[in-house]
This record gives sequence, C-alpha cells and structure tokens, in this order.
Amino acid sequence: MTTTSQDTTGGRRAGAETLLEVRGLRKVYDGRVEAVRDLTFAVSRGEFVCVVGPSGAGKTTLLKCIAGLLPPTSGDVVLEGSPVAGPPPGMAVVFQEYGRSLFPWMTVRQNVELPLKQKRLPRDRRQELVDEALAAVSLADVPGSYPWQLSGGMQQRVAIARAVAYEPHILLMDEPFAAVDAQTRADLEDLMRSLWHRMGVTTVFVTHDIDEAVYLGQRVLVLSSSPTVVLDDVAIDLPVERDQLTTRSSARFAELRAHVFEQVRRAKRERGR
Amino acid sequence: MSRALRGGRGLLAALLLPVLLVAAWWVLTADSTSFYLPPLHDVFARFPEVWTPERIRLDVVPSVLRLGAGYALALVIGVSLGVAIGSARRLRAFVEPVLEFLRAVPPTVLVPVFMLFAGLGDTMKVLVIVSGAVWPILLNTIEGVRAVDGTLSETCRCYGIHGPARLRHLVIRSASPQIVAGMRQALSVAIILMVISELFAAEDGIGYLLIQFQRGFAIADMWTAIIVLGLLGIALAMLMRLFEWRTLRWYRGLREAQRGRS
Repeated sequence: MTTTSQDTTGGRRAGAETLLEVRGLRKVYDGRVEAVRDLTFAVSRGEFVCVVGPSGAGKTTLLKCIAGLLPPTSGDVVLEGSPVAGPPPGMAVVFQEYGRSLFPWMTVRQNVELPLKQKRLPRDRRQELVDEALAAVSLADVPGSYPWQLSGGMQQRVAIARAVAYEPHILLMDEPFAAVDAQTRADLEDLMRSLWHRMGVTTVFVTHDIDEAVYLGQRVLVLSSSPTVVLDDVAIDLPVERDQLTTRSSARFAELRAHVFEQVRRAKRERGR
Repeated sequence: MSRALRGGRGLLAALLLPVLLVAAWWVLTADSTSFYLPPLHDVFARFPEVWTPERIRLDVVPSVLRLGAGYALALVIGVSLGVAIGSARRLRAFVEPVLEFLRAVPPTVLVPVFMLFAGLGDTMKVLVIVSGAVWPILLNTIEGVRAVDGTLSETCRCYGIHGPARLRHLVIRSASPQIVAGMRQALSVAIILMVISELFAAEDGIGYLLIQFQRGFAIADMWTAIIVLGLLGIALAMLMRLFEWRTLRWYRGLREAQRGRS
C-alpha cells in the first residue's frame, strides 16, 4: 500500500516537532461496521495537512476520533504528548454544517465569544480576540447579526472566526466548504490559506475535493475506501503564496492533482473488487 | 410604515370578532327578561359596585397570587424534570409510561385528594394548579431537550462548554420553542384549575365569588365575575405572547430564513 512518497516521510519537515500522532487507529461501529481499519500518521507543529479520500472513506470518523468526540476501538491519538480521551483544550473544530454549528439564538459576536467566556478570559481580552477574529474573516461589520441572517459562506466564516479567536494549537476542519457555492468556496480557501499563513496554526483539513486538498495543503494524506488505511502521503511542493488563478493553472499543480487523483481512483477501484 | 400598517390591520382583525360578539350579546340580551340571562347592559352596570378596589384586594389578588405561585412552581418542576428526563435516554424509557398515566388523570379529580392531604388552604389550591399545569411543560421540555442538535452538542464539547453553561447556552435555549409552547398550554390549564380549586371550600378568590353570587341569585354579579375571569385570561395570554415574542425572536427568524432558502 505504501508508495514512493511515503518513505520520504511525506511533506514533513525534518526536525519539526510532532504535534499530533495517530497510531494504528481503528474504529468499528456497533461491533460490526469497520469504518477505519488502521491509520498511522503524524502532523508537525504548524503544518497544514489535508486529508482526502472517496466519500464514505471514514474521513469524518477519523476527524471525530482526533477531536476526542469518538473513542477509537483501538489505537491511539496523541496530541502534544498526551493521549486524547475527550475533546482536548487546545483544539478547535469547524464542521461542515455551518448552519447547525452556530447557536441561532446568539449574535455573531456572542457565538465567537462564548468559548472564550468558557475559557474564563477577562472581558478586555475577549473583546480584543473577537474583534481581531471577525476582522480576519472580513466580518467586522456584522457582530450584532444573527447567523441565520447571513449567507452560508458568511456563516462558515463566523465558525472559522470562532475557531481562530479560541487560539487553538490545532484546528480541525471537516469538509467545511462542501456546502457553499464555488465562488464562495474559492474565497474561503484563500481565507484559510492567509489565516494559516498569519497564525501558523496546525491545521488538519478533511475534504473529498482533490483540487481543494492540493491547493490548500502542505501535505495531502490519501485515504483508501472503507475500511480505511492511509494510501499515500503526498508532499505539496507548491509555493507558499498561492493564488486561485496562477497556482491552479501551474504545471506542478496539475501533476500533483493527477497524482492524488490516481490514488483516489485506485482507492475506489479496490473497493469495487 | 408598511409594518405599522400591517400591525394596525392585524390588531383590527384581532379585535373585530370580539367586538362583534359583545355587540351580538348586547343586542340579543337587550330585551331579555330571563332571570338567568340579564341584559348585558345591566351586567355592565353592576361592575363599579361589585369590583371595588377592596374586592380586588380581597379576591382578585389572592387568586392571581395562587395562580402565579402554582404556575411558577409548575414551570420550575416541569423544566428541571424535563431537562433531566430528556437528557437521559434510559431514564426516559423508564419513566415515560408512568408520565403518560399520570398525565391522563384529570387534575380536577385530584382536588378531593389534595384536600385530604393539604387541607383547604392556599397550599391545596396551589398544588391543584401545579398538578395540572406541570404536564404540558414537562412533556414539551422532554421533547425539546431530546431534539437538541447533534452538531451543536459536539460544538459545545469541543469548546469545553459543559455542565451549567451547556444547560444555559445550549439545552434550555434549544428547547425553548417547545418549552414556551408548553408554557402557553399550561397557562390556560392553570387558569381553569385556579377557578376550580376555588369552587371547593374556599374563603376568597374569583371562583369563590362566582359561586357566592350564583348561590345568592345575584345573577348579574355572577356574570361580571365570568367577564372578569375572561379578561384576566386575555391579559395573561397577552403577557404570554409578549414573552414569547421576546424570547423566540431568533426562532422566528431562523424559521423564516429556512423557508426562504428552501
């Protein structure tokens, strides 16, 4: 199953500190359905890792296990040296269903501020973080609106602002842009790139979109169909400054995309057998 | 401007039928010679004499206080038990059949039982109100708490929102549309039971007055008591509407947004 790029330890920078380690992760639902068979990989501090795989590849299961929302059947998730047995404090998650992850009875500002209150940050600091985060996602002008008054893309930006304001050590994103239109999606991708660039937060980004994975990540993990293993670990050696137009039309992008696409197609074929 | 216009039209529509009904009552009874159905004109004429400030202090206030106490108690019991039962699947399977049974017992038949245990005083009357008003609140709260969204719940877990904060920010708010629906049903039940509890062995209250007037053949006075009860009901229903309008503004907006998008 391992391919050439994995023995170069993927895109992991040599000597970088390991932040997240997933070892032999296996998840079986109800003792019957094996969603994830055996996943092993590590993420360095500050890395942007995308996880792609065919639909039904247990991507969400993997993410929920990392987030401590689901207990794995066997194997370990280790974050900053301590095993994850519940949602760890230094982690933020952005879900696909933006409409259902924001509190509809709270304004945008209250939504972003609530986790900070829970962290018991002083009022001034909260104010500062909320303002910064909303400005970072270009939503500084709607703090008093309710989520349902905003478009889908704006709602997802609120969810991202909430995650960013939380100052997490690791940011998990579960197909966050799957439910918005193409143009909004491109904008949100660039927003994520620039946020990551500025904050340097370790990011694990799950998607079924190969182009998105290649465009966003420093590294792309390709998962097989369920029961899931890591098929490939591809280093994305595109320039740090990326642009929807030039990056996506570059030859290297096409090569990487084709490579990942081939892996995913192989994953689907193997499932068909 | 258009909103004010629409609001005005809504108010007009809401008032039209009551006004017509009162007018019909007025006209149809104008020449009534029936002893039991005096002309509405005569009934109105009795108001200043019957409903003096003294009477309001001695009879309306105790009724309203008992109603308030019973309703508040029903609310506290209903919501706290509802949250507990709604959050725990096993507990729910265990108690739900019993709840269905208890709910099916008409609270009015419990009045004699409560009289045995709690005497004839205010405690009994408040208990009667609680025994009826608690069910709609409890059952609706259970439903509301059950339906808390999974993604929101996971969001709370991720951001360390648990315990009392989770109850306050997630569970209660998320269940509030159902809780308020239960509160509205409970309000009318509570008013009915307030009157009924005062029909039995009471010393004061609007229900007590009603029975006194009827027994004393003060029929016009009896009708004024019925109208006062009706007005009290309207006033409380309007307070309820105001409360609902304020607490569920987000819910209306959300529903409208969802309809607009689909």
